Amino acid sequence: MGSSIDLIFKIAGVGILVAVLNSILKTAGKEEQGHIVTLAGLVIVFMWVIELLAKLFDQVKTVFRLF
Amino acid sequence: MDVIQIVVIGLIATVLIVVVKTQRPELALLLSVAAGIILFLLVLGKIGSIIDIVRDLADRAGIGSIYLGTILKIIGIAYIAEFGAQICRDAGEGAVATKIEFASKILIMVLAVPIVVAVLDALLKLVP
Repeated sequence: MGSSIDLIFKIAGVGILVAVLNSILKTAGKEEQGHIVTLAGLVIVFMWVIELLAKLFDQVKTVFRLF
Repeated sequence: MDVIQIVVIGLIATVLIVVVKTQRPELALLLSVAAGIILFLLVLGKIGSIIDIVRDLADRAGIGSIYLGTILKIIGIAYIAEFGAQICRDAGEGAVATKIEFASKILIMVLAVPIVVAVLDALLKLVP
């Protein structure tokens, strides 16, 4: 299950990267790009989390025979 | 062995969440959601085997599989609702969390009604 821990590191990496990029862009005076970078990071992480959530709900459905 | 793995994943995720929370609280929330899902996926296989054993025992004991199926469904609904409600509460949205819990209680009631009716019928048969 090593792959699962990678996802946590990837998400944290995106979070830290976005934070750093934002501060850099702020000093460079390009505040708007900073917001766009934040949005991009959020969308990427959302895709990963939603994919994981779909996997969880599929497995729960099969285990508990929900539907 | 697994418990060590689970605790390590949980601790690492918590530390990373605290790191990310200061700058990007929304990403910290997504990170906590991902960590929760991963931890549960690790043990889902074991839950599945436990449920199969319980199902075998129920079949051997002659208990109707309808009742066991309904109980399993209720457990599944309760778990997913609690999972979502807890995430909403972590994010500070207590109102949304209570709505989720309220809706899931209604769904569980809907599932439980046939069993209640069956029990009442059985009781009424006993009374002469």
